[in-house]
Amino acid sequence: MNIFLQYTLLIYFLPLIAFGIQIFVGKRLPRQGDWVSIGAVLATLVLSIALFAGMLLDYNPTFKQNFSFTWLETANFKISMGFLVDNITIIMLLVVAIISSASHIYSLKYMEGDSRYSQYYAYLSLFTFSMNGIVLANSMMLLYMSWELVGLSSYLLIGFWFEKDSASNAGKKAFLTNRVGDIGFFIGIMSLFTAIGSFSYSDIFAGVAAGKITGTLLTLAGIGLFMGAVGKSAQFPLHIWLPDAMEGPTPVSALIHAATMVAAGVFMMVRVFPILSPDVLIIVAYIGGFTAFFAATIAITRTDIKQVLAYSTLSQLGYMIMAIGTGAYTVAFFHLAIHAMFKANLFYGAGSVIHGMHHALHKLGDHKTDAQDMRNMGGLKSKMPVTYWAMVISSLAISGVPLFSGFLSKDAILAGTLALVNRTGSHHLLLFFGFGAALITAFYMFRMIFLTFHNKPNKPKIFEHMKESPTAMLIPLVVLSTLSIFIFYTLPNVNPLSGQGWFTHLVAQHESLVPGNLNPSVYAIEESIHHSHFPAMITSLIVAGLGLLLAWLMYFKKLISAEVWTKRLRPLYTLSFNRYYIDELYDKIIYQPFLKIADWVAYLDWDVYDKYFINGFGRVTEWFAKVVGIADYDGLDQGIVDGFGRSTQRLGNSLKKIQTGKIQNYVLYAAFAIVILLILQML
Amino acid sequence: MNILQVYLTLAAVLFSLGIFAVITRRNAIAVLMGIELILNAANLNFIAFARFGGMNFSGHIFALFVIVLAAAEAAVALAIIINLYQNFQSINVDEAQQLKQ
Repeated sequence: MNIFLQYTLLIYFLPLIAFGIQIFVGKRLPRQGDWVSIGAVLATLVLSIALFAGMLLDYNPTFKQNFSFTWLETANFKISMGFLVDNITIIMLLVVAIISSASHIYSLKYMEGDSRYSQYYAYLSLFTFSMNGIVLANSMMLLYMSWELVGLSSYLLIGFWFEKDSASNAGKKAFLTNRVGDIGFFIGIMSLFTAIGSFSYSDIFAGVAAGKITGTLLTLAGIGLFMGAVGKSAQFPLHIWLPDAMEGPTPVSALIHAATMVAAGVFMMVRVFPILSPDVLIIVAYIGGFTAFFAATIAITRTDIKQVLAYSTLSQLGYMIMAIGTGAYTVAFFHLAIHAMFKANLFYGAGSVIHGMHHALHKLGDHKTDAQDMRNMGGLKSKMPVTYWAMVISSLAISGVPLFSGFLSKDAILAGTLALVNRTGSHHLLLFFGFGAALITAFYMFRMIFLTFHNKPNKPKIFEHMKESPTAMLIPLVVLSTLSIFIFYTLPNVNPLSGQGWFTHLVAQHESLVPGNLNPSVYAIEESIHHSHFPAMITSLIVAGLGLLLAWLMYFKKLISAEVWTKRLRPLYTLSFNRYYIDELYDKIIYQPFLKIADWVAYLDWDVYDKYFINGFGRVTEWFAKVVGIADYDGLDQGIVDGFGRSTQRLGNSLKKIQTGKIQNYVLYAAFAIVILLILQML
Repeated sequence: MNILQVYLTLAAVLFSLGIFAVITRRNAIAVLMGIELILNAANLNFIAFARFGGMNFSGHIFALFVIVLAAAEAAVALAIIINLYQNFQSINVDEAQQLKQ
């Protein structure tokens, strides 16, 4: 068997086996079986590293292995499933394996003593399995199945502490919101299938290149696929589920709702990029850009540490989507991989702080104070040095400071956007979104750092009981902080200001396959990005520096009073604080009308349909039964059945007169009978 | 009209009279006498067939058996009639309607 197939089969199925073991017998195993899941995920990590090392040694941008088998065959169509292993797959597998392993190890302490510990690990394994399915799929079919499976595991893990209403509601909200996007995704997939007759990427690409699906239909299919990404990657207007998803355990937020699953939308867009028509790309770019900016403005006013990170995730996902829209999809994938590392790290850091807060509050016997509220923290730097430095490094990365990984990809995205504006001479709004979000990102990230770790403790009592988290939680922090350094992404290049390196070499951009294409060629895109690189870099450095400085002045030096500016910008503050009333808006325009319709339908159903129609049926049946009863009892029973009885009785009565009991009569009858017989015979 | 027919006609008349007696008489003894008539009508037929119909000695033998049977039957029947009389103080067959006392 092919070595790649062996590896991918192992990577794919090991977590599934772990899930099976955990869900059925996990509780009875020693340590509730956490070692089964951790073993499985570490094995996938080792295998992924092996694949990755192979890829680096090969250093071939066009490397591609495709394995498929027939899954379903009918007279009219054939559906095959299988794995596609190329450089994108391998990099993504490694990203998933690293973050997943980190989450598994981190959870050892974070989830210690939970009543459903083994179930938690089972779900984590299920998620890893499903996510690897998305990454490895060579067809839309397996992609869609895995897509729904990650949705399920996300639902299970968000609502993991379902004793809390907020958690179970958040789970439902995530599931249902994703459903909206998935309907579009399904329509997209099926329109491609209808036109081309296959689910596999290669067939779809060939079909689009051959012009089997063109024009508006192709655009609609692209929009459908993008809807899937909007749901999964929480883009505006379906972003509402992601902040609520923070109700789940923090390692889950890090793994699923920051690094991997929410990036699945971006990953899928990267996969299908060659068949997206220019119209779709413009929509994608605007939705992404708007989400990046919009989510960043909300993050400024969050006081819950995980909420800040949630909105920052939205914003960064917006960046990736925008990069796809501008045609620089390699860059989008680059940012995906880099973002996964530093964002997971930020969540682990936040989890570490929350873990410490919980312990401190537990010691104080305080169950009312919010352990996630930054206003209850402050000055934690001295108590939690490892967590502090990990978060600072990640924050520098996300803000786009040179020497850190985030700078490379963010800069490339902004260069891509600037290149698009230069090429087309329009779409300046995207530039505003991109640089605006960069400025705000730097600001709110350091607002979080300063509020949490610097200055005087806001609650000295809690502060006294805070201490650094256990080693199992610090290992992921250290590893991921290391991976937030630029050098891992640019080797063999060591220039901290340029993103060129193995990544850009191996993830080669695919030419668009849309016939009669208005999309610029890869060469044109790369050329324009190259030209835009320097101005974009300077601008992004300036805005990031401005944001950082502003945060420093406001929350560290307190030279600018946050309170005064809040008052001055009251309307803006209110908007941001209430998340632009999007949830309320949905409540008004979707949920309430929906409930009203439901009420109305219930009224129709119960008061009209049931009462008049169903009950009417009842009454008609009742009446009919009465008539039938009369016919049956008085007519049939009395008339025919009893009539039979009566006539038999009457006949018997008349016949019994023959039966006199006198032998002589009988003999007489016999004699008569014989005479009659004789007469008959003679005749 | 040959001689056999004459005998057969006589036997038929006897038989009819016998049946008539059995059907109409109320007196048990009279009924018994009717039965005797019927038997004798049959006997007459046997003998007539023996003489004219080629039945030969078989007819005689049958006739003899019938006479023996008739004797036995008369004995049994008279015994029944005596019992009847003891039970009902009558030998009127119409009155003997009860199957048990």
